[in-house]
Amino acid sequence: MIETLSMGGYGAYVWTAYAATFVVLAVCAVQARRRHRRIVREIRIRLKAAETAK
Amino acid sequence: MWTLLHKLASPPHFYALAARLTPWLGAAGLAAILYGTFAGLFLAPADYQQGDAFRIIYVHVPAAYLSMLGYVVMAVAAGIGLIWRMKLAHAVAASAAPLGAWFTFLALLTGSIWGRPMWGTWWEWGDPRLTSELILLFLYFGYLALRAAIDETARADRASAVLALVGLVNVPIIHFSVEWWSSLHQGPTLIREGGPAITGSMLWPLLANLGGFSLVFAALLIDRVRGEVLLRERRARWVRRLMYPEASETP
Repeated sequence: MIETLSMGGYGAYVWTAYAATFVVLAVCAVQARRRHRRIVREIRIRLKAAETAK
Repeated sequence: MWTLLHKLASPPHFYALAARLTPWLGAAGLAAILYGTFAGLFLAPADYQQGDAFRIIYVHVPAAYLSMLGYVVMAVAAGIGLIWRMKLAHAVAASAAPLGAWFTFLALLTGSIWGRPMWGTWWEWGDPRLTSELILLFLYFGYLALRAAIDETARADRASAVLALVGLVNVPIIHFSVEWWSSLHQGPTLIREGGPAITGSMLWPLLANLGGFSLVFAALLIDRVRGEVLLRERRARWVRRLMYPEASETP
């Protein structure tokens, strides 16, 4: 187990590279979702304002 | 065929279809990445020269591949938008840019982490492969900065499209850099004369991750395009119906 995790002495490099990869993928997903939610919210606010202004 | 294509490219249809498509794309991509990562880390044998450090290939190559494919998608979509004035194409181009930039950053980062134990250096200025990939990152940044600097969407679309198309010349330079010039970077593994230079048990995890990353990239791209379409169509009737159904029909 420990031997597998140490990756023949390259463990620090290998695990950092993989961790960075999954962090970036997660950031991309969260950014995409957040952006969509923000756009929906802003459009709703604008439409509501237009409705009440009538 | 054409009517179907037109229907798909119409914003309301795209918006509805994409919502159903992205979870499947993302799930399939994640499944492939799970297998590719597990097999790449634990099942594939260690490289006879690089030992276990070579396992970084399973995240580095997909990231680098998508950094370039993302740019091609961005430039081609921008070109289509420029020539045929297709609204959805411009939305695709604008959405591909931030994702491409992230994958380029990831390719540079994982490459640097791999280079340290193998080449003895994190970074080598003047190396053709490293430099051309860094230029790719700056092209993405330039594209995003140009868009951010122009308020009017249609003008931002046109100006950034020209930049994207000019920068396209850098993509083949990245790919062939290791053949044209001497570089620290190793030569191509998959797309080369004589077929892939890698054995089956090392190859399958790489192909799985290439496919998986591509599917996840597609899901992320479509998700971003949905937001972009909504933003661009915010004054359209279908958006009003969708976002605020309780409002009266005639404003």
